[in-house]
Amino acid sequence: MPDENDRLWEIRYRHGLPPELKEMQARVEKVAASAGLDFFPVVFEMVDPEEMSMLAAYGGFPTRYPHWRFGMEFAQLHKSYTYGLSKIYEMVINTDPCYAYLMNCNAATDQKMVMAHVYGHCDFFKNNMWFSHTNRKMIDEMANHATRVRRLVDRFGAERVEEFIDCCLSVENLIDIHASAIRRQPRDDDDLVESLRQRAAEGEEVDLPDARHFKVEVDRSYMDSFINPAEDVLARREQALERSLELKKIPERPERDVLGFILENAPLHGWEQDVLSIIRDEAYYFAPQGQTKIMNEGWATFWHTRLMTEQLGTAAEIVDYADHHAGTVAMSPYKLNPYKLGLELFRDIEFRWDTGRHGRDWTECDDLKRRKDWFVDERGGMQKVYEVRKIYNDLQFVDAFLTEDFCREHGFFAYGYDRTSRQYVIESRQFAEIKEKLLSSLTNFGQPLIDVVDANFENRGELLLRHAHTGADLKMDWAETTLGNLVRLWKRPVHMTTMMNGRPLRVSHDGTGGSRTWLDRKKKSKPADEKAEEKTS
Amino acid sequence: MITTKIERDVRRFRQIVRGRIRKDLKKYMSSGELIGRKGKDYVSIPLPQIQLPRLRYGDNEEGGVGSGEGEPGDAVEGDGDGQGEAGNTPGQHLLEVDITIEELAEIMGEELELPMIEPKGHRNVVAKKDRYNRVSSEGPDSLKHFRRTYREALKRQMTAGTYNPNNPSVVPIKKDQKYRSWKEDRRPERNAVIVYMMDVSGSMGDEQKEIVRMEAFWIDTWLSTQYDGLETRYIIHDAAAREVDRETFFHTRESGGTLISTAYKLCQKIIETDYPSSEWNIYPFHFSDGDNWSGSDTRECMRLLKEDMLPRVNAFCYGQVESEYGSGQFMNDLQSAFGEEEAVILSRIEDKDAVMESIKTFLGKGR
Repeated sequence: MPDENDRLWEIRYRHGLPPELKEMQARVEKVAASAGLDFFPVVFEMVDPEEMSMLAAYGGFPTRYPHWRFGMEFAQLHKSYTYGLSKIYEMVINTDPCYAYLMNCNAATDQKMVMAHVYGHCDFFKNNMWFSHTNRKMIDEMANHATRVRRLVDRFGAERVEEFIDCCLSVENLIDIHASAIRRQPRDDDDLVESLRQRAAEGEEVDLPDARHFKVEVDRSYMDSFINPAEDVLARREQALERSLELKKIPERPERDVLGFILENAPLHGWEQDVLSIIRDEAYYFAPQGQTKIMNEGWATFWHTRLMTEQLGTAAEIVDYADHHAGTVAMSPYKLNPYKLGLELFRDIEFRWDTGRHGRDWTECDDLKRRKDWFVDERGGMQKVYEVRKIYNDLQFVDAFLTEDFCREHGFFAYGYDRTSRQYVIESRQFAEIKEKLLSSLTNFGQPLIDVVDANFENRGELLLRHAHTGADLKMDWAETTLGNLVRLWKRPVHMTTMMNGRPLRVSHDGTGGSRTWLDRKKKSKPADEKAEEKTS
Repeated sequence: MITTKIERDVRRFRQIVRGRIRKDLKKYMSSGELIGRKGKDYVSIPLPQIQLPRLRYGDNEEGGVGSGEGEPGDAVEGDGDGQGEAGNTPGQHLLEVDITIEELAEIMGEELELPMIEPKGHRNVVAKKDRYNRVSSEGPDSLKHFRRTYREALKRQMTAGTYNPNNPSVVPIKKDQKYRSWKEDRRPERNAVIVYMMDVSGSMGDEQKEIVRMEAFWIDTWLSTQYDGLETRYIIHDAAAREVDRETFFHTRESGGTLISTAYKLCQKIIETDYPSSEWNIYPFHFSDGDNWSGSDTRECMRLLKEDMLPRVNAFCYGQVESEYGSGQFMNDLQSAFGEEEAVILSRIEDKDAVMESIKTFLGKGR
């Protein structure tokens, strides 16, 4: 098997930029830096269409672990390219140095535009806080993952490993996107509670813990009664005792990082743990990109159009450039184009903060004439967009900056599926509904909210998940199969509570087949509850 | 090369696809879905998207935000996910997979357990083909073999002692010239011809024809991989028979009576004139709903089959497509006349679901 390093070396040599593009890169880089963009060094590589499809299938990385899914994506991308249905202009990955691939058959104008676009992405990767926890040496990490998986394949056989990877991938979206930001501090009395609990478990009679534990240290004794009032100390003592006597629930609080929870608590073999941790690491690496699609593309587009039209483009190139740019930001009625939405929002922010159209005076003003002519010479637009790109993600971005004026100007509407006419119909042009729909599609990077709530469900070591229903039902047949895959990981039956058609439901899978239990039916069958219902109705 | 790694993943993916096709072969064979998806070398097979299940929202649940014209209540225009089979399965993207006809035949062969066909003795044509696999000392400049020429020159210089390693210049002279040359390669080629005959009298409806079309598709697919060259001829008949092209064959509807012997006579004539049985493997296929005009014509058919056709052909296949008008008598007649005869293969096809079974009957004997 050829060495991975040889390959990287080969990519650098075979795929390096020709002199004229090297010159172009130097110029684009200079212009981008002078405009205020702050990026990792960028390494451009020239690839042919087939290699581009391959890299795209691999998520931009030259080496990934073996899996048929990449083959499928490659086959589709490449076929679609061959038939002229789609074309990938550029790919850029979040690493330091930042690697970007250029298609070798693109015209020079396109390459220039793509380079400007790439510098926008790269600035975003480097500065947006949601990317701050990502591994910037991910190329190496991915290659290591590939080697690890290949070794496992050699030891345990391709089918076995592949089957397990399929299981893991089926649940790879069950992660907690905020996990990197959460530092769970143990409470100060946690140790004490733990020791009490242990003593109780050993059958010892547990006494009230010493009051001294709950006192804040004070230098001057006369302050003590103020800082540690007696009743407060007592209350805390009792709380601690109560907590120590409670059965320890696993997990103690609902845990959204389902993958992490399984990794720590499921009886997995060593190699299974290895595979699962690889899938989880990669899922966390890619998650911010799912969280900032609109912003990231919007930011890159914002900058490529600005740099191309103000500084980089020549008169001869402008028509080609405009044509391609228009293709990039074209809207379809069905889907919001993230490039377009992000670009327009950033432009709107710049305009509003340049002209002072924000703050209380602006929002409370309902005199149309005044609003139209509103001008406060703030010139804070540029500063604001830089600030926004640093600390927001898509959800917050849309929440904070999608305004009613903006929606009207761009003709947005909310649509939904009409079951009687069996087609999608426009539901509303009301700002509130549009925004709610958009926000809900961005919540938790578009994935349903799933938590582990009990690892010992019904005292049988079964796993109970909870889907926080936010309006949309899950795809139930898939949900069942996915739970089946979870059984493969957890090695015991797995359940999930959710809602379907407005009724609470528990979906279960025991490894041989799925089942569904309505959770409201059982209650209704109880005579006591029926009476209660009669009374209320 | 940079792309070698993805090839392994692609290979694995194709293996999975193959498994899927094999699993769903019966569905494909009884739906006629693949007809019209066959190109020269490839068949494009629509598969349901192969996806890993996830916990995600249902297809019609979410809706979304779009932009453009329209009032609340208007349908959203443009091609979105909801196209196609609206209602039940919107968002189900189909995966189009191209596989070669050989691959499809192979899958079919494995699934139906079809034996490879042993070609009949002597029936091999010898095909001639030029292969450029030799070197000669004369020829045109366009075929000059530079490496050999220089090697020859080097050898000559070394034996003559004029070669100087410090100044290694090798100059070929006329005698050193070498040229690529060819040899005539004679290899037996196995050719086959299928003569499709179909009853197009009034009692054969569209559904029956569709079945014949499906049968023909799979027979072509299998036999084309069994022989180097495959030709097909088409005969339609009611009270008279004529030869037509493929298009006409599947789309003609006549009314009137049925004289099967006319088709057999025409078939016999085609075989005699164009396909000497010493060189060709011959497969007449006849599809009918089993009605013949008279008993005397049926007797004529049996005579034609027994005396003229059977000695020449690999197998004579008769498929009886059941229709509500046909009596189905002809199959019984064939059965009683050739019950024991190996080379006569009969199959009754009730409906589309029976296509797979009947293909197995036709091709399962390996003749």
